Amino acid sequence: MTPNHRFPRAPYALLALGVILLLLGSYLGLFVAPPEHFMGDVQRIMYVHVPTAWNALLAMTFALVCAIAFLFRGDFRWDARMEAAIEVGVLLAFLLCCQGAIWAKPTWGVWWDWDPRLTTTAVLLFAFIGILALRRFVDDPVRRATWSAVATIIAYADVPIVYYSVTWWNSLHQLQSSPATVSKSFHLPLRMNAFAILFLMTGFIMLRARLASLRLEHELAPPPHELDAVGELA
Amino acid sequence: MNRSRLFLIIAIAVAAIGFTIIAASGINKNLVYYWTPSDLHKAGDKAYGATIRLGGQVLPGSVHHQSGSALDFDVTDKHQTVHVKSTGIPPQMFREGIGVVVEGTMTREGFFQSERLMVSHNNEYRSPKDGQAVDAKKLIESTKGVDVK
Repeated sequence: MTPNHRFPRAPYALLALGVILLLLGSYLGLFVAPPEHFMGDVQRIMYVHVPTAWNALLAMTFALVCAIAFLFRGDFRWDARMEAAIEVGVLLAFLLCCQGAIWAKPTWGVWWDWDPRLTTTAVLLFAFIGILALRRFVDDPVRRATWSAVATIIAYADVPIVYYSVTWWNSLHQLQSSPATVSKSFHLPLRMNAFAILFLMTGFIMLRARLASLRLEHELAPPPHELDAVGELA
Repeated sequence: MNRSRLFLIIAIAVAAIGFTIIAASGINKNLVYYWTPSDLHKAGDKAYGATIRLGGQVLPGSVHHQSGSALDFDVTDKHQTVHVKSTGIPPQMFREGIGVVVEGTMTREGFFQSERLMVSHNNEYRSPKDGQAVDAKKLIESTKGVDVK
């Protein structure tokens, strides 16, 4: 493992691109796109809510890939990437629930209800928060990486359940929309913000993975008398 | 790294089994968020006194405003209809033909007494211009389980 100590240009470029796109997409969403037929201006929160949902699930999916890759290869770079993906995924899932509540109050009439989509999303959020907490409690890097990779794979089972919750059970949350159920004039800001949040998410994961890698490098290269303890477990 | 790969297999197996169990029970409808008017009729005596969520479509022409925020309307799934007396403040989106989920109890007098009124809209988002071109039947198909055909 040889982390790169040069200034990381790619993640900052992605973050800059993400901010510009998000400003542009949100401007189009707030001022150019027409209000929705029944919801009026309230519907504009869709331009952040839906992209946040897509990217939260995408971050969790990347965490799953990292977990499998770590257990298969034993390369700690995958552990660093997994930690980064889970942290960014948890942030997005938390924002998702807040945006959803803000949208739900004026449309559904309640901030929250235990409907299948909301409940499974809350389970997902708390499962991954639990994995982050688990990582704090385990000092040994090998055990920490292995246990959290196993937990990530198990917790990921909830992702398809979140997706299908609205079709499997009756729910307060509406079904997935498709381009056919959303007016053409809403598509551009929605897609721009989807890419904006994708770029922001990727940039943050790259920077956070770099930080985790540097910490791991420090942990995995202990003073000589501690080497035995690590070697024994690896 | 053989032990890691064993963990990998076990983790994937646990996730797959967990997912399958929930998927199977979901498809079997063992878990329900709300009852439709038909479910409520089928339940018979079991419906009285229990806290229930009832979901369906507000029957067009059935909404009567009482004093304050009190409302009277019929909830339908096209097969059965339940009369609802609601004391909860209706959300702005509340209108005839929209999907609703009401929380409360079925009374012996034959109406559903609700304290909590939630609106369930569909997955369609229309700009006002092409909103006029939308098929009216599709527009009121706002709750799943309500078959408008």
